[in-house]
Amino acid sequence: MLSSFLRRLATAIPSLIGVIIVTFLLTRVLPGDTATYFAGPAATPEAIEEIRVKLGLDKPIPEQFVDYIGALVQGDLGSSLTTGQPVINDIIDRLPASAELTLFGLFVAIAIAVPLGILAAVRQGSWIDHLCRIVATAGVSLPVFFTGLLLVYVFYYILGWAPAPLGRLDVFAFPPDPITGFLLIDCVLVGDWETLGSALAQLAVPAATLAIFALAPITRITRASMLSVLSSEFVRTARASGLSPYKVIVGYAFRNAMLPVVTTLGMVFSFLLGANVLVEKVFAWPGIGSYAVEALIASDYAPVQGFVLAMAIMYVVLNLLIDLLYGVIDPRVRIEG
Amino acid sequence: MNRRDFLKTASTAAVVAGTGIAAPAIISPARADARKEALLIVSENGPNNLDIHGVGTNVPGYEVSWNCYDRLISHEMKSGPNGVPYYDRDKFKPELAEDMDIGDMSATFKLRKDAVFQDGTPVTAADVKWSLDRAVSVGGFPTFQMKAGSLEQAEQFVVVDDHTVRVDFLRRDRLTIPDLAVIVPCVVNSQLVKKHATADDPWGLEYTKQNTAGSGAYKVVRWQSGTEVVLERHENWKGGPKPALKRIIWRIVPSAGNRRALLERGDADLSFDLPSKDFAEMKQDGKLSLVSTPYSNGIQYIGMNVTQPPFDNVKVRQAVAYALPYQKIIDAVMFGLAKPMFGAPADTPTEVAWPQAHKYDTDLDMARKLMAEAGFPNGFETTLSFNLGFAGVNEPLCILVQESLAQIGIKTTINKIPGANWRTELTKKELPLITNVFSGWLDYPEYFFFWCYHGQNAIFNTMSYQSPQMDAMIDGARAAAANGDTMAYEKDVKDFVDLAFAEVPRIPLYQPYVNVAMQPNVSGYQYWFHRRLDYRSLVKA
Repeated sequence: MLSSFLRRLATAIPSLIGVIIVTFLLTRVLPGDTATYFAGPAATPEAIEEIRVKLGLDKPIPEQFVDYIGALVQGDLGSSLTTGQPVINDIIDRLPASAELTLFGLFVAIAIAVPLGILAAVRQGSWIDHLCRIVATAGVSLPVFFTGLLLVYVFYYILGWAPAPLGRLDVFAFPPDPITGFLLIDCVLVGDWETLGSALAQLAVPAATLAIFALAPITRITRASMLSVLSSEFVRTARASGLSPYKVIVGYAFRNAMLPVVTTLGMVFSFLLGANVLVEKVFAWPGIGSYAVEALIASDYAPVQGFVLAMAIMYVVLNLLIDLLYGVIDPRVRIEG
Repeated sequence: MNRRDFLKTASTAAVVAGTGIAAPAIISPARADARKEALLIVSENGPNNLDIHGVGTNVPGYEVSWNCYDRLISHEMKSGPNGVPYYDRDKFKPELAEDMDIGDMSATFKLRKDAVFQDGTPVTAADVKWSLDRAVSVGGFPTFQMKAGSLEQAEQFVVVDDHTVRVDFLRRDRLTIPDLAVIVPCVVNSQLVKKHATADDPWGLEYTKQNTAGSGAYKVVRWQSGTEVVLERHENWKGGPKPALKRIIWRIVPSAGNRRALLERGDADLSFDLPSKDFAEMKQDGKLSLVSTPYSNGIQYIGMNVTQPPFDNVKVRQAVAYALPYQKIIDAVMFGLAKPMFGAPADTPTEVAWPQAHKYDTDLDMARKLMAEAGFPNGFETTLSFNLGFAGVNEPLCILVQESLAQIGIKTTINKIPGANWRTELTKKELPLITNVFSGWLDYPEYFFFWCYHGQNAIFNTMSYQSPQMDAMIDGARAAAANGDTMAYEKDVKDFVDLAFAEVPRIPLYQPYVNVAMQPNVSGYQYWFHRRLDYRSLVKA
């Protein structure tokens, strides 16, 4: 197990090196000139040149790359000009906010989509199957920013049930000192139930927005893979042996249908991270997606590189986890791997 | 964990449908009290630096600086358009200084003896000198702005005694004193900042980027970039009457729809960068208190590059000026929230003022006739560029212009330039036709013309317009203003405005408005040259 884990980890290193080189080069060929942008509205050519030298952008590209790698090795991702903070601090601040939102949305989606998919497969052609189809179609066809704005309009503006879309916490609530950076976990650790309530309320609508988006693929895959498993011989045998329908469906069929569902979850999670960018904009969520977009608009290299690197590491870790999960779910994968 | 256990937990977790819909937050009485003394502002962008002297500080950062630092002097208020309190360009009041004595070639400022910084140390003449030295030395925008008032060298700032500072003039310049009242020459706590200075960073810019170190009415107590800024009142502020609001909470809400929803639901107290459409609709609803004030010394315009054909031909430029859909732009793009800068009646005399309306208006027959005279009876093709950073206004505006120019045979392709790239493109001075906004802090016609029409060809002279006659009049007006020669000044100003309108390298469209939306219980808004908020005068009932 450990050796396969390490072997798997080693294969990730070349892709990370590739990501570092490609993002560095890509940010350099982007149109737009950082120095001119930050020199402000009234800059003289000398002022722009001064800023260029200050930022080290006057050096040839290979030299800039060496500087970048040198700093990277020491854990220094550079400074963001848009926020004025070191990129590493920004990422540490903002990644938990995005991760909390994404994971919560994913959890809600799984909680609804998996049972729905199973039921739709078991009662194929029934109203629940049609409901499943409608949910899936609606989920795929509604862009997240639209669902987000719609939910805000209905639940905040018209009904007044949801709190103001002002980010992770109510304006007058004070966050506990960050321990993990995950607000919900921190509140529980400190025992601040009032803030926990506020944080959950703030999270509900954006998480629902992401969940609606994620529902479709999970439901469809669960249904399809359940259908193929349900028609297989071992299920027929289990039924013929007089096992209870629950035991047959959850105990035997679903376990075998899980592999494609887990694969899809990995993909859905990465889609959600992308969709996050828009949801964060709509809900003023201080996450990493909106951060990266703002940096990109300002041709601010360091945060864009830091963001892509952080994302690449997350994908690598995620794929690693999924590979390991395969082994746990299906021993055959482990032997072959 | 073995496979069997894992599968058991995973399948149970998947089947048990636990939804995460939370109960609404319960607001405690302590929070309700905090709400009364605090003002919640929502806007699209927040600061990237708390110090205007920093590298690349953005405009929201200016607002922090304005409220957290004092200057030697500031402006009095007067009643402006629609009765909105408006800064008085010509009347100064002491802020950190208690007395100002302007001589022929220098000005002497006596400091308040009781003024203290936010950490309790007294403000001395040494702090003032260090701060002004910093402004003229750090480079970039602050140094540039100081130069606009002939404040260029550290030697100009002299400490006379602990509470007296003298500013020596390099040359006679009417803008020197006004330039001491803009945001840049703010007074910084030099003892505190010096402690954080390093060899690489002698002016302590890294420290003041994250912390406010001033003697102003507010201090930043929490700043999460891109999310929120929280300011608290400085209880020992001596620069003016004690501000009413104890706490300012400034939240960044990127979606304009949500900012409007927050205001209409009564959750936010104030927002000032809503799109014109939302603002016009809110005005009709009449639930909120709304204030619109024209940008001082600012206009949105169409600029033509006079160094390249066909816009090097004055007849072509005039034809364009007759072909623009001015009123449509005001109605359909700005929803009436802009001051027209076109269509002045033919007999209107030129005023000694800027901005003022020109006499062109939409007249396609006239435009076609001029095109024919210019030798382009069948028109030509060109590109019309705009800054995507302000796409909300620029995009519909350019589409209307495109449609209208097509009617006189000018086929335009619209070129959308991302915000980050816009300034780079402007610096190259190659774009044939653009729309843009320019506005100056210092509200003097010759200041605007010096940047936008003078042959020095600054970046704001986006048309690359160069004319010795124009330069002579602009320089003449500057000299006349410095020497107090009113007659010569007025003549030069009228003449350069006339020339600018006759040659029309840039066609003014309108003066944009600063639109502020507030809850009815919020009052005390003041218009300032920098167009940002002054928290000191705001009151929440």
